[in-house]
Amino acid sequence: MTAIDIAAAAKVFPNGVRALDPVTLGVREGEFATLIGPSGCGKSTLLRMVAGLLPPSGGRVRLWPDAGVSDREPMRRLAFVFQSATLMAWADVERNVRLPLDLGHADMTDAAHASQRVERALALVGLTDFRGAYPRELSGGMQMRASIARALVTEPSLLLMDEPFGALDEITRARLDRELSELGAREALTILFVTHSIYEAVFLSTRVFVMSPRPGRIIGEVAIDEPHPRADAFRVSAAFAGHCARLSAMLASALEEDIEGGGS
Amino acid sequence: MTGYGLRSVALRYGAPFAVGVASLCAWQAVVTAYDVPSYLVPSPLAVLDTLRRDWTLLSRSLAFTLEVTLIALLLAVVIGLASAFLFVQSRVIEASLFPYAVLLQVTPIVAIAPLIIIWVRDTTVALVMCATIVALFPIVSNTTLGLRSVDPGLSELFRMYRAGRWQTLVRLRVPSALPYFFAGLRVSTGLALIGAVVAEFVAGTGGTASGLAYQILLSGLQLNIPRLFAALFLIAATGIVLSLLAALAARLALRRWHESELREGN
Repeated sequence: MTAIDIAAAAKVFPNGVRALDPVTLGVREGEFATLIGPSGCGKSTLLRMVAGLLPPSGGRVRLWPDAGVSDREPMRRLAFVFQSATLMAWADVERNVRLPLDLGHADMTDAAHASQRVERALALVGLTDFRGAYPRELSGGMQMRASIARALVTEPSLLLMDEPFGALDEITRARLDRELSELGAREALTILFVTHSIYEAVFLSTRVFVMSPRPGRIIGEVAIDEPHPRADAFRVSAAFAGHCARLSAMLASALEEDIEGGGS
Repeated sequence: MTGYGLRSVALRYGAPFAVGVASLCAWQAVVTAYDVPSYLVPSPLAVLDTLRRDWTLLSRSLAFTLEVTLIALLLAVVIGLASAFLFVQSRVIEASLFPYAVLLQVTPIVAIAPLIIIWVRDTTVALVMCATIVALFPIVSNTTLGLRSVDPGLSELFRMYRAGRWQTLVRLRVPSALPYFFAGLRVSTGLALIGAVVAEFVAGTGGTASGLAYQILLSGLQLNIPRLFAALFLIAATGIVLSLLAALAARLALRRWHESELREGN
């Protein structure tokens, strides 16, 4: 079943900047789809349109178009993970994770059920022992885990992630990538991911969409048929290297075109 | 506590204390050595003696000044918070009213006080009004700034989870504003005391209930300089204690999460 249906969605900002030329793509349920491209290619814009944070100026974006659900319903089934952890500094990990439930996102009238969900979300990201810690007492990687737990607490079926591990060191990033691969497989999540990193894109995705800037558009697509969850061994396989090489070539041509076109 | 911690505590509290004691000793020594008459400069011991002898009188004045200061501070907090919440409700309200808050701030209280004292029959109420006006601005401006200084990412998150206006205020804006509010409170605490004393100077010797400023005025007229010093000392001590209390309140509210209240090496 299609989870995300993007039909000729485009974005022109009021100041005339063409952030995104019409894009058409579909993401099936259970897929791990990644948008990759240089800065200014509109990948975050596209992600935010899927999240409903930004209205498209042309075309449309639909979630679960075949399920016949109401307009508001799909929004309840998605969660967004930002580039930075964006935690409330004044609240401990547990209260941060509970926030979406406290805001009434999932109609949590049953307190016991809510605690159960918080418990589960904390366990999923391995933060059970840090529930009482304040964000500033945590490392960057741990803060990001808390942020992911907060997204998972509503038990979404679609997770939108905007360069979530971009600010982390390489070692932490590789570890969180592996955990995310496990998490996505175990929870049968559909994930739309944005990244700058070719290695991260190949390691995580079932499909990678390559984007090009000025104006933002999709210039190619690479399918990666490695089953999830993926192990570290995949990183050193010939297939991994092959996919990385293909993506690099596509990104390089995108950049060259941008420079020859003179940008704008 | 580590050796380093002990040293830093000794530095923070011990050093100013040592300076104070040394200055008092020097003062006492100079006054004694040159036999300075106490109607010019009384010795610290003479001031201490006056403090003990006139304690009934001075403590009543202290209680009065403290009462005016605390009521004014309370009013400044209540009115200040209410105005700040009003200001962040809409830019139109803020743009229309904020200049008047500034006007109130920049007009010297000694210039307004005589009017207030003439208009308001009850001297105590007049003094409280003056002190409140002086203490109000830091709380209004800081809290307004704080309520607006919300992490844009969190703001977006709240919108995404469809938080209502009230939820956003209580769970996001108010906690974000707390550090700013407490910074304002510390300034206002000192200003409330200054306002109370200045207003009483302007009010002069009128009124039945009278505070420390009245004692200073009267002692000056009577050339009772030791008592003047004793009253001065009480005002300074009150200011220090109030400022410490405001700092303590900030620490209790923010110590777990805000950078301003973190101890070194924590």
